Amino acid sequence: MIELLAKTPCDGLLPRTIGTVTLTEISFEAITSVAPLTGQEDAVSGTLKAQMGAAFPKPGRTTGKAHARAVWSGLGQALVLGPALQPIPGAAMTDQTDAWACVALEGDGARDVLARLTPLDLRPSVFRQGHAARTELAHMSAVLMRTGESRYGIMAFRSMAKTLVHDVTEAMTSVAARTRL
Amino acid sequence: MRLPSGGLIDRSHPIRFSYDGHSYQGVQGDTLASALIANGLKTVARSFKYHRPRGIMTAGSEEPNALVTLGHGAGQEPNLRATTLELYEGLAARSQNCWPSVNFDLLALNDLAAPFFGAGFYYKTFMWPRAFWEMLYEPAIRRAAGLGALSGLPDEDRYERAFAHCDLLVIGAGPAGLMAALEAARAGADVILADEDSRMGGRLNADLTEVDGRPGPDWAADVAADLAQMDNVRCMSRTTVTGAYDHGTFSAVERVAMHLPHPGDAPREAFWRIVAKRAVLATGALERPVAFQNNDRPGIMMAGAVRSYLNRYAVAPGRSVAVFGNNDSAHATARALIDHGIHVAALIDSRPGVQTDLDVPLYHGQVCGSEGRKGLEAISIATASGIEKVQADCLAVSGGWNPSLHLTCHMNGRPQWDESTAAFHPRPGMVPGLEPVGAANGVFTTADALAQGRKAAQAALTDLGLKPANIPLPKAEDGAYDITPLWSVPGRGRAWLDFQNDVTVKDVKLAAQESYRSVEHMKRYTTQGMAPDQGKNSNMGALAVLADATGRSIPETGTTTYRAPYTPTTLGAIAAGARGKGFAPERFTTSHAASEEAPMVEAGLWYRPSYFPKPGESYWRESCDREVGYVRNAVGICDVSTLGKIDIQGQDAGEFLDFVYTNMFSTLKVGRTRYGLMLREDGHVMDDGTTARLGEHHYLMTTTTAAAGQVMRHLAFVHQCLRPALDVQFISVTEQWAQFAVAGPKSRELLNSLLDHDITGETFSFMGCGDVSLGGVSARLFRISFSGEHAYEIAVPARYGESLFRLLRARAETLGGGAYGMEALNVLRIEKGFITHSEIHGRVTAFDVGLQGMMSKKKDFVGKTASERPGLMDPDRERLVGLKPTGPVKQLTAGAHLFNLGEDAVRQNDQGYITSVGFSPTLGHFLGLGFLRNGPDRIGEEIRMVDHVRGIETTAEVCHPVFFDPQGGRARD
Repeated sequence: MIELLAKTPCDGLLPRTIGTVTLTEISFEAITSVAPLTGQEDAVSGTLKAQMGAAFPKPGRTTGKAHARAVWSGLGQALVLGPALQPIPGAAMTDQTDAWACVALEGDGARDVLARLTPLDLRPSVFRQGHAARTELAHMSAVLMRTGESRYGIMAFRSMAKTLVHDVTEAMTSVAARTRL
Repeated sequence: MRLPSGGLIDRSHPIRFSYDGHSYQGVQGDTLASALIANGLKTVARSFKYHRPRGIMTAGSEEPNALVTLGHGAGQEPNLRATTLELYEGLAARSQNCWPSVNFDLLALNDLAAPFFGAGFYYKTFMWPRAFWEMLYEPAIRRAAGLGALSGLPDEDRYERAFAHCDLLVIGAGPAGLMAALEAARAGADVILADEDSRMGGRLNADLTEVDGRPGPDWAADVAADLAQMDNVRCMSRTTVTGAYDHGTFSAVERVAMHLPHPGDAPREAFWRIVAKRAVLATGALERPVAFQNNDRPGIMMAGAVRSYLNRYAVAPGRSVAVFGNNDSAHATARALIDHGIHVAALIDSRPGVQTDLDVPLYHGQVCGSEGRKGLEAISIATASGIEKVQADCLAVSGGWNPSLHLTCHMNGRPQWDESTAAFHPRPGMVPGLEPVGAANGVFTTADALAQGRKAAQAALTDLGLKPANIPLPKAEDGAYDITPLWSVPGRGRAWLDFQNDVTVKDVKLAAQESYRSVEHMKRYTTQGMAPDQGKNSNMGALAVLADATGRSIPETGTTTYRAPYTPTTLGAIAAGARGKGFAPERFTTSHAASEEAPMVEAGLWYRPSYFPKPGESYWRESCDREVGYVRNAVGICDVSTLGKIDIQGQDAGEFLDFVYTNMFSTLKVGRTRYGLMLREDGHVMDDGTTARLGEHHYLMTTTTAAAGQVMRHLAFVHQCLRPALDVQFISVTEQWAQFAVAGPKSRELLNSLLDHDITGETFSFMGCGDVSLGGVSARLFRISFSGEHAYEIAVPARYGESLFRLLRARAETLGGGAYGMEALNVLRIEKGFITHSEIHGRVTAFDVGLQGMMSKKKDFVGKTASERPGLMDPDRERLVGLKPTGPVKQLTAGAHLFNLGEDAVRQNDQGYITSVGFSPTLGHFLGLGFLRNGPDRIGEEIRMVDHVRGIETTAEVCHPVFFDPQGGRARD
């Protein structure tokens, strides 16, 4: 029997620490898109909560905690990051585990780094912990979430992992260089 | 000349710099301009057209004359204003627009020919012969005129773009701006305070006006320090807000590391987009000159600038200074000169009856001329009793102040004329949410500026639902601004309005005389108000002269249009982050790392292998022919992951697909795949691809690489807007699966060597699909073919993509095959007459590509009705055919046009065009696909192909588009 070797999207590219900010790849056991079918929103949310402890998130929000998180990802759709899910009646579910390059940006100045990459208003009072957005990040379609005081989760297309790492580390370089001025 | 004391400079930090190759010394806190004055340099530039010697005129970003170039090679940056360049160790500046040097410029000969060089000179003179303009005149004129030059090399400096958001943006950190920022900050608002200077305080730093009983600079520094340590405030010095846009968006350019000798990785400049709920415009005012004969001589500068140099930089622009003005600014300058112990040769006031308590010779009159070889030596004063001459090496001029209201006009607002200050003022509400205050609003006392700043902040706070802090208003001077307009002094000779473009009073009058009466026409005819300074010094004077010449009032004449950016902005800053590959993300397939030898072709954002060269192959065609052979004779492997894949689920999924595709999908059996065609709403073909039915309510759609995003958007539109009642959900899985074509007669043999369980013709018949596994990994297998061979596509989760590709490739090689790239893929599909977006390019119908049979008559679908419009199924349309060359030229070219034999190859005779070509190693000749009028009915005809662009012509035979295996037996086998 043959053996297939697995590679993560950011294989060989991360982690990187520049100044006070660190960019790390995060691997989830599974990423599953969950989209309730007509009239099934509440039931799906309930089943989801029973399975992984987090309800179906509202637009622009996440639910749950690290490695068991659901993030709103579009109209009537959430990505569940963490455990593999059992089929949820009433929901269209799709395996997205390999589709996304997932990284965490953390440290003092992480917000300054993001301010060089996305037009979103990320002031702490506006983009709070538990907030999420589908947004443009350095010309890429991304999912951005704030998962800690100075920690953000970024998801971009797997095929764009190299550009993602390049553009984020460029911004990290600039931010770090500014603090040295 | 450096003054012995005073100034906001650090004399203990000397700085070496060079100007035009000569070494000089300045101190920390100097600008290049103040350091040049400290070193006694007067002539620092040559004018644009006449190459007249020019000196420093202002102390700010409005400087028209003192433009220099910094850096060499790719880092060369021209037209930098010496007045805003902070001095740093090793700064090396060069003068511009002069040869051989700024002090002896041969092109100054132009000045002697000045009588010929009036407005419109070029338009009138270089009319004939017509062809000479581009060949001779323009290059010669461009060499002689012009300011600094770019290097022409790609800029290697680092730039940065960034976004910021706030409740209140305060633009300008003079007394009004500082007060507004402090009031809002104390009330808890998120504040951004931006100022173009390196030091907050605005005119307080130049005039030393007392605030709150303390020297202005001290008060400003304290407030700025207060603000800097507050969490809700971002102080952005060296940041020019350059434009005002919709929804409270402002552009700003920050000079991050331009003032440092060793910037490290810090960007040279940052381009900010600031989104503010409210904004306060506290940009102050710019002093304007007065036009009189030879008013451009080095040593003649603005009165306010003289105060800046004396007070802030502790340099004296002259030893014996005359002061001339029509308002109290002139008196303030005379006072400052005396305070610094500098001789005031004359104070000339054009306002009748004005007195002074200063111990200076006061003249009631106007300066009407200047003399001096390389700099000012004497001035002439016209008084009631005649013309008097006074020796002076510097003349400080004030024609009044223009509010810096530029940003208020960026959304098409026009300012209003105010008679009492002889200036344009902003009108309320020109930019929604932006409130002009202080001098920018036409209020010229410090006390009023402070009060207006606080008031505007309070209004903004109330709008935002915050309680004003009501910080106490500091005491400050509250004098009157007393001005009597004076634009130009009558007299002979040239009186300069626009120093940067060499435009005189006479030029403006000539424009009016020649019917360029509109201020916009005058600007373009004379070039007044163009180039880096955008007429900051000259617009008012020029329009006043134009108003006079055309017998209209100033408000009737109006201003030219104020446009962003407020100050010159480098393209490097605007394009920050988008240089080279920063322009767009790169998408790589999982097999990229295993395709190192392959030259890549860009397909949208994707990089795909063009072909896989082998040692000894010298030309891409050799590789391509070999790879085609793999597929036709053995087995070939190709990464097809870039095709769009959309997972569609829900009980109405079938009905949904029936509506977006022209053909039926609800009838497709589970475990089967079908080719589908999709139209746009206008009835033309949008995309094609195969869709597999994975389950009762579960489909997987495939799109082309190019249209993946468009199809996804289309599905969302159809679902949300056209068929919202359908219970269906869909999501892209393009990135989830790495998918590879395994094509050729040995494809099943290869797969069975890898799969955990063998497949057969029964378990996977043509167009079948289903789950398989390899090495325990679940995969999907589709028996579909884009080559016409017995072929499969196998998909695994992307993490295994590279590994599977390596395995497939290695196994294929043992079977006499290997990897193939886009070139071979293209040849294979042309041999089979399969279309791509080369054919379905947006202007063709299903009828045109011969697929009208796929348009179901049993149901409605997107584009159906529109596709039935008259003319869209006309047999005489250009329709898909195959072509093969018949003449001695054995080549076809894509993009070539088709003509009937014996007819001229002109547009009127056009019969069609070629969309795809390739050399078929299978058939031994070129093949083409194209569109020909009434094509399918002309099979067997000979046609003429002309490629006008490449200069290739041949004859070709019209063929059926399927050249190879027309029965399709090889794929079904």
